[in-house]
Amino acid sequence: MSVPTLQQKLAILADAAKYDASCASSGTTKRDSLKTKGIGSTEGSGICHSYAPDGRCISLLKILLTNFCIYDCVYCINRSSSNVRRARFSVDEVVNLTLDFYKRNYIEGLFLSSGVIRSPDETMMEMVEIARRLRIDHGFQGYIHLKTIPEASDELIEQAGLYADRLSINVELPTDDGVKRLAPQKKPETIRVSMANLRSKIEEKSEPTQRTRKRQRFAPGGQSTQMIVGADATTDAEILHTSTRLYAGYKLKRVYYSAFSPIPDSSSALPLVRPPLMREHRLYQADWLMRFYGFERNEITAGRPDGMLDLEIDPKLAWALANRAVFPLDINRAPREMLLRIPGIGVKVVNRILDMRRFKRLRIEDVARICVSIAKVRPFIVAEGWTPRGLLDSESLSDRLKPKPKQLSLF
Amino acid sequence: MRYSVSLAGETDFDGWRDAARRLSLNDVAPADIIWRTGASDDLFAADTPLPDAPANATLNVPRDFIDKAKAVVCHSDPARFTLLYRLLWRLRDEPNLLRIASDPDVIRLREMEKSVRRDSHKMHAFVRFVKVGTGEDERFVAWFEPDHYIVERNADFFIRRFAGMRWTILTPHASADWDGEKLSIGPGATKADAPTEDVSNDLWRTYFANIFNPARLKVKAMQAEMPKKYWRNLPEASLIPELIKGADEAARQMLAKMPTLPAPHHARIQERVWSKDVAALPETATTLEELSLLAKSCRRCPLWADATQTVCGEGPSDARVVFVGEQPGDQEDIAGRPFVGPAGQVFDAVISQAEIDRQKLYVTNAVKHFKFEPRGKKRIHQRPNVGEISACRWWLDHELDLIKPEFVVAMGATAAHALLGKSVSITAMRGQTVERSDGLRVFLTIHPSFILRIQDKAQASPERARFLDDMRAVKSLMAEFS
Repeated sequence: MSVPTLQQKLAILADAAKYDASCASSGTTKRDSLKTKGIGSTEGSGICHSYAPDGRCISLLKILLTNFCIYDCVYCINRSSSNVRRARFSVDEVVNLTLDFYKRNYIEGLFLSSGVIRSPDETMMEMVEIARRLRIDHGFQGYIHLKTIPEASDELIEQAGLYADRLSINVELPTDDGVKRLAPQKKPETIRVSMANLRSKIEEKSEPTQRTRKRQRFAPGGQSTQMIVGADATTDAEILHTSTRLYAGYKLKRVYYSAFSPIPDSSSALPLVRPPLMREHRLYQADWLMRFYGFERNEITAGRPDGMLDLEIDPKLAWALANRAVFPLDINRAPREMLLRIPGIGVKVVNRILDMRRFKRLRIEDVARICVSIAKVRPFIVAEGWTPRGLLDSESLSDRLKPKPKQLSLF
Repeated sequence: MRYSVSLAGETDFDGWRDAARRLSLNDVAPADIIWRTGASDDLFAADTPLPDAPANATLNVPRDFIDKAKAVVCHSDPARFTLLYRLLWRLRDEPNLLRIASDPDVIRLREMEKSVRRDSHKMHAFVRFVKVGTGEDERFVAWFEPDHYIVERNADFFIRRFAGMRWTILTPHASADWDGEKLSIGPGATKADAPTEDVSNDLWRTYFANIFNPARLKVKAMQAEMPKKYWRNLPEASLIPELIKGADEAARQMLAKMPTLPAPHHARIQERVWSKDVAALPETATTLEELSLLAKSCRRCPLWADATQTVCGEGPSDARVVFVGEQPGDQEDIAGRPFVGPAGQVFDAVISQAEIDRQKLYVTNAVKHFKFEPRGKKRIHQRPNVGEISACRWWLDHELDLIKPEFVVAMGATAAHALLGKSVSITAMRGQTVERSDGLRVFLTIHPSFILRIQDKAQASPERARFLDDMRAVKSLMAEFS
């Protein structure tokens, strides 16, 4: 086979990277290039520079350094037994692609991951070198996310944190047994300890040092992880349990759920079905409820004996329907934490309600004007001149609030 | 009296503010003002000179209103100046007006502000620079068509981001040019004024086509965030129809393609990398190092599943005294070492006051995994139950077998239970030494975390003093054996 051109390598190594869900460029410190007269800035919230027809945001140049890999994880297109075409970028190629794309305003920065070649340290060293050249040699102030190889040495991780905004280690699958079965060479124990080490470093370096009173730089955008959903029989309840453990234990900024997607030349150990996108969506909604709405994991999954989230209705509505005794809530008196539990009302609307009710009593029309769909809210609230009466207890409530069934295409 | 106000341009916020101030302070009602921008063919009476603001008069408006007004002035709706003046007018009698989120004027203000913000965000995202010239002459030029008059408002963003480049953004309404030092705002342009082809476009299209996963086609989700009106100026967008059309087929092929034989290099790699990796674990431990290696994969109780790692004891294998605590906490679980968290710090401080050298002690826990309940970003400590204590006793017994200490210090009820095989009241028995049937002597005291849990500082210090007394007693016991 001939040596691939840069364009061919990009095709191979972008294709190899697309199963990583994260493309976030948010959560880091504010920076600009005014002083350095170079390029790059970060402004807190991320920017999506394009969207692929799969509806996913393209914020970063998300590529693999190489898709050669010594691991043989059955769900991965780059596993060593796969017949996929292989390629490998040079350090300079990645640096130049990042800068060239950034200058055209195609991207916010780089998300670099890699197959493991020869040894974890050797691979990690090249990834760190790319980040170092961008930051030091080119004064690049944009976003850098490095996928960290769990077995890499401490010094390399230290350097990675110095140059990168975010570091991440994938737990791969929600349970250790899943990892052992589908990624037999990966060690869940090592992955846990690596995430713990990242947490210690992030915490340690965010304290001002004794001598200079300055904070050292270490991954200001924190750490995140990803797990694959639907490659084995793990339930949503178990998945969310793992998430709560990860958020609490390692202070993760995000847990990403990646619906298992069929891959070319797939292993026979895996389900050959279309990716469970709705399930993935429901998991993200549940994740949000736990992080921003004060829901406990068991509350979300208690309603279903099989431990799976309802695919037809969102988890907040499902909870409300299963706990109707809590409702209706008086929109003019309920405390913040209860307002957050009303279906169809988000954090922003709750803030507006709290703000507004200091000055006037709210009618149902007031609520209708500030939320997306009053139909979903109406059965659950009492407002000035409005009570839901029998609406809340009616048998057909759940059917009425379900989205209209639509023809599902195969893809 | 009716007024017609001519503003200097579409985004003349200062002009609007000055006029609005004079008119409002002279009690001119919103209905009596017509706002115009630039040259207009409006045949309304020639501009009446605006009245001066009365001397010493002040007009206070919420800071929030000014910020919103600055954004809304950039909106393309010609009625924006009238809306802003009406809100200003109403704020005189309703100072909390902006907090009434359901008021129709406030709703309109919010919608317009949101629309400007979204348009700005899309400008940050979808401006595409084309490189022209090389070396000294290198410049980057973009053509963009925003919905609103947002070029001036967003020029700073591009300066912060591309300070080291020379760039120009052309739009139908205005243009912004940065020469590396200075920003110039110029007149509008046309698409024909901007170059289109760039060597990087092809690489970018390659990236776009390959980062797309055809098995996840969600066209609506894409269009919600990247509406079609932007497509004509995005080099990658020309690929979209083909990608959508081919997606079904591509995904079907992924599914249909049966797994093939492993790649030729696979067996070689697996042989080279993974065959020599497995150093067999010893059956039983003859040293503490071996014991802690074996304990790493302990699944004697379910606590391993949520903890990070097994935290074994630490200290010399010939220690004369072993201290046993309850279980690792949050910090110990992360660090993989016993007594390094807050309770460990109390422990260290008190034993050093009692002149006990930690280096000579073996310090461990009754249970080797952290038991907790996740609560948001915190892990709340939970007491291990009897089943977990007895499951973990296997490790504690091995530690004691290998070390053969003169005596053991049980800190807290859990440690006492693990060492004596039954629950004892620490309150009743603290400071006492109990001899086990195997002859091992167990000194009973509290767990140092007990001191940390006392809310009332006045009570905490006598408790700390009692713990120090216990440690001094331990010190004299140690002296008996040396």
